[in-house]
Amino acid sequence: MRSEVRIQREDFDFGAEWAACRERCGGAAGAIVAFGGLVRDRASNDDVRGLYLEHYPGMTEASIERIVGEAAERWRLEDVLVVHRVGELAPQAQIVLVLVASGHRPDAFAAAEFVMDYLKTDAVFWKKERRRQGDVWIAATADDRVRREGWQPPP
Amino acid sequence: MSVASATAAGRAESVAVHFFGSLREAVGEQTLTVELAEATVGGLKARLREQLPAAAQAAVFAPGVRVAVNQALVSDDDAVATGDEVALLPPVTGG
Repeated sequence: MRSEVRIQREDFDFGAEWAACRERCGGAAGAIVAFGGLVRDRASNDDVRGLYLEHYPGMTEASIERIVGEAAERWRLEDVLVVHRVGELAPQAQIVLVLVASGHRPDAFAAAEFVMDYLKTDAVFWKKERRRQGDVWIAATADDRVRREGWQPPP
Repeated sequence: MSVASATAAGRAESVAVHFFGSLREAVGEQTLTVELAEATVGGLKARLREQLPAAAQAAVFAPGVRVAVNQALVSDDDAVATGDEVALLPPVTGG
């Protein structure tokens, strides 16, 4: 399995990443599941004017590589790409891209969801919402943790 | 905001402690140099506490804050040595 993790300030080209992933897989992939996370303009009864994301170079990449590695132990995957942005992001901006290619659809769907659920709780990022009423540092929610715990250990 | 260069600038018998996210804001610095009186994470935290004003102490020693040495999570009993890269990490979230 090939995998790649990128942390970057600049935007990414969803279509180009998809095409490159498809190219890399040759004929081995029967499915690519692509997830794009976006910056919402609202949160708990307040307007959000943007997000600021901070990371710990080295440790952040390692935390995501661990998540991808665990996904690869659970499902048969051909290619995984995670691109995560940092810095100041405006509403509607792309924040994260997860591409999972597999021989078969069920593995690709499950692994993409697994990677996203773990990104919420285990990836080393700090996120500040720039709300109308002031800046708020946010953490993984109780719901995020429930989703993460919902993944049973592999058999 | 170079973590590596700040580490290299650390004095002997001291370590550079890096702060992220809300902790960086509470402390007002990305990095502090903390004297290494006792070679454990717990000992380092005690020294750090003495260096911080009350408001920053409350943030840095809040539940959920974790410590990393050389980018691996550690507990208070673990060792820390001169030249190590120490970081205090508030609760994380990605995606």
